[in-house]
Amino acid sequence: MTQTGLDLRNLRVTHRGIQIAALNTTVAPGQVLVVMGPSGSGKSTLLTAIIGSPPPAFVVTGQIILNGRDVTDLPTAQRRIGILFQDDVLFAHLSVGQNLGFGLTATSDNRARRRAVIDQALADADLAGFANRDPATLSGGQRARVALLRTLLAQPQALLLDEPFSRLDLALRDQIRQFVLNRARAQGLPVILVTHDPNDAAAAGGRIVGPDGSGL
Amino acid sequence: MSGPAATAWHNDPARRRKVITPARLASISLLRQAPRLTIALLTVPVLAGLAGTVMPAFGVNTGDGRTAFQALADWPGLSRAVQLSVTTGAISTLLSVAITLLIVAALVGSRSFGVIQHLLSPLLAVPHAAAALGLAFLVAPSGWIARMLSPWATGWHSPPDLLILNDPGGWALILGLVAKEVPFLLLMTLAALPQTDVARRMLVTASLGYGRVWGFALTVLPALYPQLRLPIYAVLTYAMTCVDMAVILGPSLPPPLAVQITHWMMDPALTLRSTAAAGAVVQLLAVAIALMAWHGAERLGKAALISGAQQGWRLIRADAPLRGLAIGLGSVLAGLLFAGLAGLALWSLAGLWPFPDAFPQTIGLKTWMQSAPDLTSTAATTLGLATLSTGLSLILVLACLEAEHQFELHPGTRGMWLLYLPLLVPQITFLPGLQALALGLCPADYAGIAVATAHVVFVLPYVFLSLGPAYRAWDTRQATIGAALGASPARVFWRLRLPMLMPALLTAAAVGISVSVAQYLPTLLIGGGRLETLTTQAVALSSGGNRRVIGAYGLMQMLLPAAGFTLALGLPRLIYANRRGMRPGFVA
Repeated sequence: MTQTGLDLRNLRVTHRGIQIAALNTTVAPGQVLVVMGPSGSGKSTLLTAIIGSPPPAFVVTGQIILNGRDVTDLPTAQRRIGILFQDDVLFAHLSVGQNLGFGLTATSDNRARRRAVIDQALADADLAGFANRDPATLSGGQRARVALLRTLLAQPQALLLDEPFSRLDLALRDQIRQFVLNRARAQGLPVILVTHDPNDAAAAGGRIVGPDGSGL
Repeated sequence: MSGPAATAWHNDPARRRKVITPARLASISLLRQAPRLTIALLTVPVLAGLAGTVMPAFGVNTGDGRTAFQALADWPGLSRAVQLSVTTGAISTLLSVAITLLIVAALVGSRSFGVIQHLLSPLLAVPHAAAALGLAFLVAPSGWIARMLSPWATGWHSPPDLLILNDPGGWALILGLVAKEVPFLLLMTLAALPQTDVARRMLVTASLGYGRVWGFALTVLPALYPQLRLPIYAVLTYAMTCVDMAVILGPSLPPPLAVQITHWMMDPALTLRSTAAAGAVVQLLAVAIALMAWHGAERLGKAALISGAQQGWRLIRADAPLRGLAIGLGSVLAGLLFAGLAGLALWSLAGLWPFPDAFPQTIGLKTWMQSAPDLTSTAATTLGLATLSTGLSLILVLACLEAEHQFELHPGTRGMWLLYLPLLVPQITFLPGLQALALGLCPADYAGIAVATAHVVFVLPYVFLSLGPAYRAWDTRQATIGAALGASPARVFWRLRLPMLMPALLTAAAVGISVSVAQYLPTLLIGGGRLETLTTQAVALSSGGNRRVIGAYGLMQMLLPAAGFTLALGLPRLIYANRRGMRPGFVA
């Protein structure tokens, strides 16, 4: 598969005829596109459109090409685009390991091998031995890392970040931000980061646009 | 799956073929039809049953040349029976609504209100018939209250010749209905309150110097009442037409109209069926007129409130006595139900217990041992019907809610009216018609299936009302995350939504079981007397004098739903003992 990145061709989100967001750009593998704007400016709606689950009554036009594959009309489950929200949204009824297992693709069907992959992922994120833990007993930083690991284990081809650092305290924010962005770059994922924090934008080091696609 | 992109995907067969297997396509189509199927299941029996009941009233002579309506008019008890239906129904509903609103207005946010919330589930689990039997044991001339007060306070050495129970005015029935309907209306109010911004509205009125109850009436009630309207209408319909409670507590010569119609329906003389049909038409009219009158009274009440708001009264001094009244009434009603159940339990264990002894001279398991074979088989039938009807209801409700989530098929106001239809149309007006249909279509061996299906008509609305809010409150970002991780909608449903909603699901199942266990008329009429459940048996036994056996059946009838609620509360705690995030109110 050609690694051409995430190509948004004239992507436009409207609500009752009014434009909410518009992007016409390509995010190359390993690059971060920062979408900045105040609350309610349509940043998050743009991400839901890219992932294929916009709120009802929103109309999405244009094309979404991911690594040369047209995913515009595919359901979310088949797009292979990962997303992280402001909250970690860990599944409360599953252990940390089971949360990661949910993200793991079915190709590694051997139980022991799946377990080994999960343990390795946890160890790489300084969370060795956490597989059987209840997510509710984790600290904010640990939860954020588990959420990212879960997303990456599904082997996405692009990553969308919906203000995922805004609820972390200042000391932790920088650390987790680096963790997430480094992992995404290492895997060559095109990343769209939605934020209203200038520090996020500076750390990402990529292009910065508004929800209407205008350069900032 | 929702939204335009998804819509395009669903609507374009060429694309659909690429990404969906035929099996998935079939399940999507089935899911899409779930709301229609459910609405049909609720409305077709009601409408077909109504037609089947009403037609004989207009089309058939009674055999002696008179029309059905003439025969009905010739029955000397008619006007009194109609009057009883209206007075017991309207008075008990009015009292239930007033007490419920008083309790909420005077106590919401207080510690007493917390106690009431805890008592609600066990009170709701008590079937109507068990509550009525318990109450009967309590207030009868030879009941527990008379025994407790005799002979030292009353001087009675034998039960007095007073018509406290089955009194001609129907007051015992009204008391029973109020004791049973207040918990139901409180539950409905608790579900609706969060959407009324109650805390801030009451803070604002308090800061303007208004008394608590008056402030509630002026600012919270207008937002609350529209959400209580359908439950209140359902209560009014039920109270005017209930049969099981009326048989146990109500007057008998003549009884309220619904009871008399049931007698005619169950009479071996088939000629009485058309009289029953004519009675059902009159009953339907009476309920329709009562509902319309209630609706008119709502407007008057609204106008009175608006005019009251203009007077500038603060009524702050009314708070203390009203608070006392609310606590007093709540305690008396809960006390009556619990003491009644304790009475049932005690009678089932009682040996010799002559009047006026407050307690039996000996206790033992003799009654239980003797009744065990019958009790076990009856309980098994009851549980079987409850499991079948609740299971089917849960499947349909889950399918409707999942269709609502996946395809944005939200029920509007019309949908809610249809959901309430089986509760707004009196059972006695459509079950007879349905009985003819069931007996005609369904072989005797399958009476259980027919009765369970009839139970679904009444169980499903309650299961929907119980599960809907929790299902809709589930954070759908979890579905988005699941889908982004590659999970199909089915996998998201089975692996994420269902296990996370297990506590709500079990509660809805417990509600369904308690509704099914409590069904009297559907079991009696659709089963054609072939199926005996704890409820039909308890009601049948109530006319006899064996209090010990009645106690055993009444208690068993209450134990099944109570076991359901206990499991619904306990199982999630057991299964998710190590998942703090699954506990109610957990914030990460």
